[in-house]
Amino acid sequence: MSAILPPSQRLWWKQPLDKVEGTWIALALLWCLILFFMMPFWHVYGKQNLSNEAYRTSPEAFQKKAQELVDQYTVRTETDANIPVVRPPAGSDIYILGRLWQWWPIYELEKGQTYRVHTSSLDWQHGFSLQPLNINFQVLPGYEMVVTMTPDTSGTFTIVCNEYCGVGHHTMVGRIYVVDKKE
Amino acid sequence: MATTTTDYRICPDTGLQFHRSAENLMKANAVAGVVFLLIGGILALLVTLTRWPAVHLLPADTFYQALTAHGLDMLVFWIIFFEIAVLYFASSTLLRSRLATPKIAWLGFALMIIGAVTTNIAIWRGRSSVMMTSYVPMPAEPTLYLGLILFAVGALIGCFVFLGTLVVARAERTYQGSIPLVTFGALTACIIAIFTIASGAIILIPTFLWSAGYISHIDPLMYRVIWWGFGHSSQQINVAAHVSVWYLVAALVFGAKPMSEKVSRGAFLLYILFLQLASAHHILVDPGVSSEWKIFNTSYAMYLAVLASMVHGLTVPGAIEVAQREKGFNKGLFEWIRKAPWGNPVFSGMFISLIGFGFLGGISGVVMGTEQINIIIHNTIYVPGHFHATVVIGTTLAFMAVTYFLIPALFRRELIWKGLAKWQPYLFGLGMSAFALFMMGAGTLGVQRRHWDMGFTGAMLGYEYPGSAYLMMGIMGIAGVAAVIGGGLYILITVGSILFGKKLPGAQFHDLPTPVPQAAAALQGHGHAGFAAPGTFALALVFLVSFVVYYFINWKYLASVWPLG
Ligand SMILES: [Cu+2]
Repeated sequence: MSAILPPSQRLWWKQPLDKVEGTWIALALLWCLILFFMMPFWHVYGKQNLSNEAYRTSPEAFQKKAQELVDQYTVRTETDANIPVVRPPAGSDIYILGRLWQWWPIYELEKGQTYRVHTSSLDWQHGFSLQPLNINFQVLPGYEMVVTMTPDTSGTFTIVCNEYCGVGHHTMVGRIYVVDKKE
Repeated sequence: MATTTTDYRICPDTGLQFHRSAENLMKANAVAGVVFLLIGGILALLVTLTRWPAVHLLPADTFYQALTAHGLDMLVFWIIFFEIAVLYFASSTLLRSRLATPKIAWLGFALMIIGAVTTNIAIWRGRSSVMMTSYVPMPAEPTLYLGLILFAVGALIGCFVFLGTLVVARAERTYQGSIPLVTFGALTACIIAIFTIASGAIILIPTFLWSAGYISHIDPLMYRVIWWGFGHSSQQINVAAHVSVWYLVAALVFGAKPMSEKVSRGAFLLYILFLQLASAHHILVDPGVSSEWKIFNTSYAMYLAVLASMVHGLTVPGAIEVAQREKGFNKGLFEWIRKAPWGNPVFSGMFISLIGFGFLGGISGVVMGTEQINIIIHNTIYVPGHFHATVVIGTTLAFMAVTYFLIPALFRRELIWKGLAKWQPYLFGLGMSAFALFMMGAGTLGVQRRHWDMGFTGAMLGYEYPGSAYLMMGIMGIAGVAAVIGGGLYILITVGSILFGKKLPGAQFHDLPTPVPQAAAALQGHGHAGFAAPGTFALALVFLVSFVVYYFINWKYLASVWPLG
């Protein structure tokens, strides 16, 4: 029962390892190197990477930028709460803010165009989770993250909050419409 | 020191020696752990029955309260109380030494109890439903953080008593040569625990002061980075501890010897060196953290730790295979495993723990710890799927298995309901495996974790998850209930045995420790094709192929979402 007794050979580190262990360590190490390699590889050849672009911000500053977009490009409002639906020019910067318990505003984007999506929180931590695609990232108060997104499928997409933010967490739902180019 | 003649007890069945002070502390810590397992288990049932969409039991506020308490009672209080018992066993019992400073050890125990109770009260007062992570700036009552700090200080004292006992044993020459492998594994757990508790203090003390109004602001990103230095590393204590328990069970049930001490100890060393920053994988989708930092900290740190787990995953069953072949179970690749004592819960629990931890917990952990793949997993219910596989199938089931050994050896009671005990690891282990697996499946479909209602009742805008997501959450609910019944059986059997089990006679008492015997030389010359453990190697290859296939399936799934940059 030597796993619970001192090793029988005092110089146990000189005991040669068995072939089964040596082979397995070599295989496992090789696999770990492949695991490592895949991440830089995807930065070069893959299309889904989160950018490093992030800035310090304040709730007021971020809300102001979102409001400017809403004032300029609102095309209609939805629900009893009159949530603005904003259709900014293709390829522009858009601002999605999270707050208890809403993602605001709704955007209408054009399929195939690339947008710079800015996200931040006005209060607690929230989680941006775009369904049914299942794209997820963290949204922190005081930090503004910029992610470029290229919607390549049209339809109605839902933003669910996936960071617990209080008792109304499950009602924190937002929306993005992706439409085909008109004309 | 006044020594009575009954300070050291030799267990007639196992030959293990227990020092009285250590023995009482082991019992107290194990019992306290099981009490929190019971509370956490009742909460587990309530949480499961709420997330099972067809039942949806609790209202939202109670659900989040129950979820917060469930996380802390299980992940922190149950597991760490039991780990302190394991530390005292691995030092005092295995080294046949007296326990260093028993009075200070009792102080540590008292602090842990006070801390755990304080935290629970804070949660049940209703204004501290902040989840296990307690991310700022969402506030909890100051007593929540204070309770956690007191518990951590108590656990830290336990760690130092363990280290002190190692020093005493060496000074008093209770053993010759190096410490046993299991003690070495426990030492690994202890070193990681000290690092972890330091990180916890760095973040929880300012958070406590913030909550009490003495500090005006804590940066949420800084909080996350340091909190995970504590939160993730604390799970590595568990890994080191339950891997030690695997080796312990292999030695107790089969008389198995490590194939080579060098490899097994080297793998434990990798845990100490590389596990800490692996916590970087919790902030892979956070703003303000660079890709270089993420890749660096998840690659070298995590993958070398993964390597260590892959090594243990081979060497533990490998040691069992060698021991079984020595006994003559030498036919073909798998006779050794077919003829293993599957009806002995000490073995079956340990082996299900090993397989579940490797296949479900290990593979899913690496997948979601990959920088880009994390985008399609972060904060979905896939995440609790993963950690229920690692912490519940891995750690909790390993601890359950070793309890069946400790009841006769430590408590000197015969097990009651042996027939049920035989089935308990299967019900719990397989129930929990299905539970974890279907959580992962639902997470892949975008179902959120820590979320009261996947139907979004009362939301101005709605969303309908696909029917398959509801189906998976339903199966998860059924599997979860099965696992809770398995956990309940464990508590009934162990508590029942301690209270009502037949008393086992014949302990011999001594006034001085008896020396540790030397181990026999390592086994050589079994197996096929120059492999000492060919059956284990074949199983390891099955594992590797599953790993590779599942890993690349996830890349393919990632490639199908919108281009992001
Ligand atoms: Cu939220």
